[in-house]
This record gives sequence, C-alpha cells and structure tokens, in this order.
Amino acid sequence: MPDSEIAVQHNLKHHFADLEQQRETSTFGMWLFLVTEIMFFGGMFATYLIYRLSYYNAWVAGSQTMEIQLGAINTAVLICSSLTMVLAVHFAKLGNRKLTTLCLILTLVLGLSFLGIKGVEYHGHWVHHEVPGLNFHFEHEGNYDPRQVMIFFSLYFAMTGMHAVHMIIGAGLLTWLLIANGRGRFTPEYNTPVEMVGLYWHFVDLVWIYLFPLLYLISHHHNG
Amino acid sequence: METAIQTTEPKKNYLNAEYGVMSWLLTTDHKRIALLYLGSITAFFFLGGFFAMLIRLELLTPAGDLVLSDTYNKLFTMHGVVMIFLFLIPSVPAVFGNFLVPMMIGAKDLAFPKLNLASWYIFIIGAGFILYAIVTGGLDTGWTFYTPYSTTYSNSNVVAAALGVFITGFSSIFTGLNIMVTVHRMRAPGLTWRRLPLFIWAHYATSVIMVLGTPVLAITIVLVALERLFHFGIFDARLGGDPLLFQHLFWFYSHPAVYIMILPTMGVMSEVIACFSRKRPFGYDFIAMSSVAIAVLGFLVWAHHMYVAGISTYAAMIFSLLTFFVAIPSAVKVFNWTATLYKGSITFETPMLYAFAFIGLFTIGGLTGVFLGAVGIDLHVTDTYFVVAHFHYVMVGGAVTGFMCALHFWWPKMTGKMYPEAFAKLSAVLVFVGFNLTFFPQFLLGYMGMPRRYHAYPPEFQVLNVLSTAGASILAVGFLMPMIYFAWSLRYGKDAGPNPYNAAGLEWQTSSPPTTFNFEETPVVTSEAYNYDEIDGTTQKGVEVAG
Repeated sequence: MPDSEIAVQHNLKHHFADLEQQRETSTFGMWLFLVTEIMFFGGMFATYLIYRLSYYNAWVAGSQTMEIQLGAINTAVLICSSLTMVLAVHFAKLGNRKLTTLCLILTLVLGLSFLGIKGVEYHGHWVHHEVPGLNFHFEHEGNYDPRQVMIFFSLYFAMTGMHAVHMIIGAGLLTWLLIANGRGRFTPEYNTPVEMVGLYWHFVDLVWIYLFPLLYLISHHHNG
Repeated sequence: METAIQTTEPKKNYLNAEYGVMSWLLTTDHKRIALLYLGSITAFFFLGGFFAMLIRLELLTPAGDLVLSDTYNKLFTMHGVVMIFLFLIPSVPAVFGNFLVPMMIGAKDLAFPKLNLASWYIFIIGAGFILYAIVTGGLDTGWTFYTPYSTTYSNSNVVAAALGVFITGFSSIFTGLNIMVTVHRMRAPGLTWRRLPLFIWAHYATSVIMVLGTPVLAITIVLVALERLFHFGIFDARLGGDPLLFQHLFWFYSHPAVYIMILPTMGVMSEVIACFSRKRPFGYDFIAMSSVAIAVLGFLVWAHHMYVAGISTYAAMIFSLLTFFVAIPSAVKVFNWTATLYKGSITFETPMLYAFAFIGLFTIGGLTGVFLGAVGIDLHVTDTYFVVAHFHYVMVGGAVTGFMCALHFWWPKMTGKMYPEAFAKLSAVLVFVGFNLTFFPQFLLGYMGMPRRYHAYPPEFQVLNVLSTAGASILAVGFLMPMIYFAWSLRYGKDAGPNPYNAAGLEWQTSSPPTTFNFEETPVVTSEAYNYDEIDGTTQKGVEVAG
C-alpha cells in the first residue's frame, strides 16, 4: 500500500468522505472561531473607543507612561514569530520534519520572549503604582480627572492581559505541535493542525498589532 | 432455528450499540450527546420551575409573608438565570439541533464530534458554578447583572454566577460553530441550500447569533467580575466609569439571545406545520430568509431595553424604528405558516396542537413586543408586569411550547417508541390553558401599574394574582405529565417504526432509533424538501388537481 493511502486511512475521521473535505471543514471551523475571537476582543475595543473619545486627555497621560521601547521590541518579536510560524506551516506541507521542528521552536521561543518582556512591563507598572484596584496612585497634572487614567489602566490590563492569556494558550498549542511533529504525525497529505495553530497564532499577533498603537502611541508626536 | 434467534435480537441502533455509563460520558455520537443535553436541561427546567412556583406562591397574597424580600430577590434572579442560561439557550439547538442537523442533511455526525462532547462538559461545568452560587447564598442581581449593583452593592455570589454564565457561553459558542460548519461542509450530495429543511435555516441563523453575540457577553461578564474583584472602575460612575456602557454591552448579546431562544423553535414549527398540513410550507424562500433577517436585525435593536436608563431621545427613536423592523420577518413567518394551513389536509396530533398554541401565543408575545418597542408605551409600562407577560408569552408560549412540540414530534425518532396520544393531547391542552391563565392576567396587572420584582403589592391587584398563581399550578401539571408518559413509553410504548407521521425529511428515511452513523449509506438528494404531494401519492392529490 502506498504511503499516501496509509496516511489517509490513519487520519481520516469516520464522518468525512475524504481528507479534502476534512481539511476544508477544519479550516472553516478555525476561521469561524477567529470571528468569535474578534467579537470577544471587540467588546473591549468598543469600550476603549468610547472612553478614549470621552477622556482623551487622561488617555494621553496614561499612554505617555508606557515603555514605548519595550512595546516596540515586543511588536518586532511577534512579527518575527509570525514569520517563523508561517515557515513552520510551509515546511510541514513539504514534509520537512526537521525544519518544521526548528521553526516551531523559534516561534515558541519568540512567544515566550514576548511574555517575558510583557512581565517586565507589568512589574514596572506595579512599581509605579499603576495597577487599578490593587496598587494605584497617579500623579495628577493637566486637564483631566486622575480616575479616568485609572480606567485607561484598567482597560490596558484587561486587553493586554487577555492577549497574554491567548499567547499562553498559543504556547501550549505550539508545544503540542512539537510533540506531535516529533512523533512524525504530520505529512504532506495531513498537516491540518499545524495550519490551524498557525491561523490562531497570526490572529493573536494581529491583536497586538492593534493594541500597540492604541495603548502606547496616543498623541505621541506632541511629546516630541 | 437460526433465523428465529436472529429476529429476537434487537436491531443495532445508537442506543444499544454500547452499554455502560462510560459509553455515554465519552461518546462522540451527536445523538447521544443530544440526549445528555436533554437530561441535563430537563433537570434545570424543573429547578427553574420550582423557583417560579415559589414566586407565584408568594404573590398569592398581597402581603410579603411567605419569604423575606431578600429571598424573593434571589428567587426571581435564580429563576431567570437557570431558565435562560441553563434551559432556554441550549434547549432546542443543543438537543434537537444536535440530534437532527446531521440527520436532516444526510451526514454521519456534526463536523466536530469531540468539540460537541466538550460543549456538553463545558455546559455542565458552567452550570456547576451557577448551582454553587445558588446553594451558597444565592444571587440577587436579577438575571441581567446590572451594574453598579452587581459590582459594588450586592452581597450575593455574583462572581461565581458570572463565571458560570461565562463558561456556559462557550458551550453555546461551540455548538453554534459546530452547526454552522456542519451545514456548510457536511451536506449530502444534491442537498443544495434551497433544498434544506427550514429547521436547518433556522438553526443556521441561530448559530450566527451564538457565534457573533456570545463572545461579547463573555467579555462583558469578565469585566464585571474584574470590577467586583479589583474595583477596575470601567462600569462604576464613582470611579469615572459608565454603568450605561454595561447595559449596552449586555444587551448587545442579550437581545439577540432571545432570538437564540425563539428562532430554533420557529424552525420546528415549519417542519411540524408542513407535516400535519401535508403541504410544502407556503413561501419557503421567505421563511428561510426571514430567519436570516431576524438574526441580522436582532443585532440592531438592543437599546430598546434602555429607554428609561438615560439614553438620548434621538437614540431611543432610532432603536424604536429598528425594533419595528424586526417585527416584519417574524410576521412573515406567522403569515406563511397560516398560509401553509390554508387548504391543507390538517390533522390534530399532539405536535400540531403545540404548533397551533405556538402560532397564537407567539403572535401575542410578538405584538406586545412591538408595543414595548414604541417609546411612548414603554415609558408607561416599563418595569411592570406587562414586560413580564410579554417576555413569557415569547419565551414560554413560544420557546417552551416549541420545545414541547419538537419533543413530541421527534420522540419516536429518538427512542423508537410512541407516547400515549390521549395523555399527550391532554397535557398540551393543560399547558395552553394554564399558560394563558398564568400570564394573561399579568398583562392587565402591568397595564394597571403593578411593578415587577416586588414581593408585596396593593390588595386591589390580588384577584388577578390569584388567577395567575392558579394558572401556574395547571401549567406545572401540564409539564409534569409528559415526564411520566414519556418515561412510560420507553418501556411500554408502541414501536414507532421509521416514519410514524409519514413525514418528509431525511431523518425519517432511516430507522427509529437510528443507527450510530445515521444512514446505511450516504443519501443522495434529488428533490426539494417537503415533497408531501409525492409522499401522499396521486390519489389524494387528484382531488386538488381536479379542483
């Protein structure tokens, strides 16, 4: 029996007619899941937008306390991880196990670096008393209510925190892919899980691409 | 001799394919998962009903004498939370959608069987949190979790209940996702979109709402919990936040959520009315598209829950107009069902009785919804029993009646057994009479000005309240009877055979109960749905053709 047929028998679930239908179904399901994720983050983005329009000055003050350099480095780290992820998908489709593993490891390392840098930033917020509810004291200067800055930080923590939770889940998924790939689970005929995790990873990166300017770069040019 | 032995062995089907608790708890068969859901939501229905009976008993007399006012707050909250999140939202999609969607489109299972089982576990875990909140002091915020009461003042278990609602939400998201993907990718050869049963169209539209709306509720509930735990201030006016924003986010999901509850039962109606009128539904395309229209328009009307909360008059007028629009597709459905009845060969089996009840009660519930959508009337009757009556006409008169209708219609398919028709008809009549006696007086009470959510009331409201409580007792009997005769039918019921009602649809082409993979071989569809004139043959048809 040729290898491809063994792969089909091994990977085709009972309720699908062929691997093509199975792959299309999974892809469609993943895209639909990402739509639900957009709505999930959308609730917070809508909240952000409403308060930013109402409390613009406080938003500028809050935004200017951010460590732009760390945020920019993290943005670069995530964009690189998207590149290594898409390469992992590419090599999995070619059936190159070694390069797939290498790219998955690189993606995982970059993802964990992001979380590490984010942790450093969170620590900085704690030291500067910028954590709402637990440790908050904001030096008030300018034409706004300091409580409004607290709402900025509440949303900052809710949005970046929820993003970090998604990154942690993504790191778990990458680890699972690494194990499965090490066991030779993926072939040119069947590599859907790599593709699915890839979609998820790109989505989580994309959320950050929006979070970075919205939270770090408000009215930055005024500051010189 | 050998053949004799073979005939005494029961035919293999999904129920007797495997035995033992684990074969149920680890099943990925959509039909078994549907039964897992059916068992759990039935339990929650009676729990929610128990709270409702305590509410009605308290309101039997004007004085607040049966329970304390605090307890009363908890009773109506827990009634709402249990009925909405643990019964109505999963009721038809997770039970009948699960069971029937793959069968109606000629598939072996839903697209993601493991995810389907995971949805049930997620539902049970979420329900566990809600039950935990109930037994450890209850919840008194109302099912709407309005801030700042929920985030600051309530002394009840808001965080546990919120977590429960958050978790059950994901069960609903995954069920919706599964149904949508299944309808897109798993249809049998020849089953084009315009040949789909209307039940599928209704579930597709419902799934769109589940997928788009529920995540917004999830994040809103997270923010409420964060605010309560860490005083985040996003919804707290003292901290510079805006409680109205919570209401916007909450109703952005929770208004479409009432369509999650009613749309699937509308799909049930289209199947049942076609079957017992022996006709193709009048205006198939319009019924199908009206489901989609309800799903879309349903997302544009949320602020009609907030007319008195402090939104601008201009916003109220816009939302009022959009609310009127959503009445149009609902009316399209009602008119098309009645037009289907016209010149049909109508018979009055139990599901059809429920269908008639649905049409009448949903029409009253829907029309009073238009009253409430009009700003002027809403200002007069907001927060009164008029709203309670309207909501229950849609949710009990519509959704629960539709659920009972579906349960009677597809029970023979699910179990292979017939229920006793006479008892079933009696219970359908009891439900109809009891329901109207319970909730019609509440329209009058509301119009006279009795506010909702109070445990005591002026004596002049007593007569109508006594009528309402009496009706609730009849309703309870009407709902308990099916428990008995359905259980009885499992053992003593007549064998149903594959198609007891001579109904159209792929699910009736296979044995009852179906085998694990639904069909012996993948069916090929060559005609439209609802080919009742073909099924009934030319002899019956001849009269009409001649006329």
